Amino acid sequence: MREALDPWTFVMAAYAIGVGGTALMVGWSLITMKRAEKRRDEARKR
Amino acid sequence: MHGFANPARFLRIARWLMPLCMGAGIFIALAALGWGLLFAPAERLQGETVRIVYLHVPSAWLGMAGWSGIAIASFTQLVWRHPLAGIAARACAVPGAVFTAICLVTGSLWGRPAWGTWWVWDGRLTSMLVLLFLYFGWIALAQASEASDGADSKAPAIFGLVGAINIPIIHYSVIWWNSQHQPPSITTGGSAMSGAFLWPLLIAMLGFTLLFAGVVLARMRAILAQQQAEARLRRKALAQGN
Repeated sequence: MREALDPWTFVMAAYAIGVGGTALMVGWSLITMKRAEKRRDEARKR
Repeated sequence: MHGFANPARFLRIARWLMPLCMGAGIFIALAALGWGLLFAPAERLQGETVRIVYLHVPSAWLGMAGWSGIAIASFTQLVWRHPLAGIAARACAVPGAVFTAICLVTGSLWGRPAWGTWWVWDGRLTSMLVLLFLYFGWIALAQASEASDGADSKAPAIFGLVGAINIPIIHYSVIWWNSQHQPPSITTGGSAMSGAFLWPLLIAMLGFTLLFAGVVLARMRAILAQQQAEARLRRKALAQGN
């Protein structure tokens, strides 16, 4: 017997995880870069 | 290549190249995903679930490209002692691991409606899972060896080169072993895919690759800035001690 699965549930879950995971990674890389460069600039000023 | 060994010169280039790669990557990747989700046709046998290909294939490619980047940077670090090579390897690790994880999760979500199962222990899926564990091990080793031996530690570079053996295993797994996973659709000899699926896929791969390059450049800037801040604070502490 063939299961009745809604394909759009799987497609939307894949897109949410893929796009969400990529967006988190981009945001994290930008925030850590800004923080590290700010810390370096502050260390130079001291 | 040694012309870019100077961190100051690298930073001058990365300051304009990073936002350019990231901006273009986000725009192109979103456009390709929108095309794949809304305008590309459903496939005859797999139906609507084929739309997962526009995320799954670029993330598989970048998971493998990330480790290839680690291996090339490790070789460069060991042979030419390029001062940015170790930093480039560290910058590739997290985005490579994230894309490998996305590949595994989207593949599982594709497998359930297409194969009737979330997971099978076949060559392709298992070697991709091994790649994710290699990334976790590499990141842990790089952090531990930096804390004990400094940023120029050779242990992660050797691990990066040894782990590269898994890349051809992933690629040829569907040819060497009887696999649930389909054989490669895009090869150097051409494509088995129709243009209606191929074009949005190639554009998604371009967009995600630019995004990956932007993240790697941002990570390199972050690691360099961290090292420069620590070196300056150490020098000041030494000067105050004297």
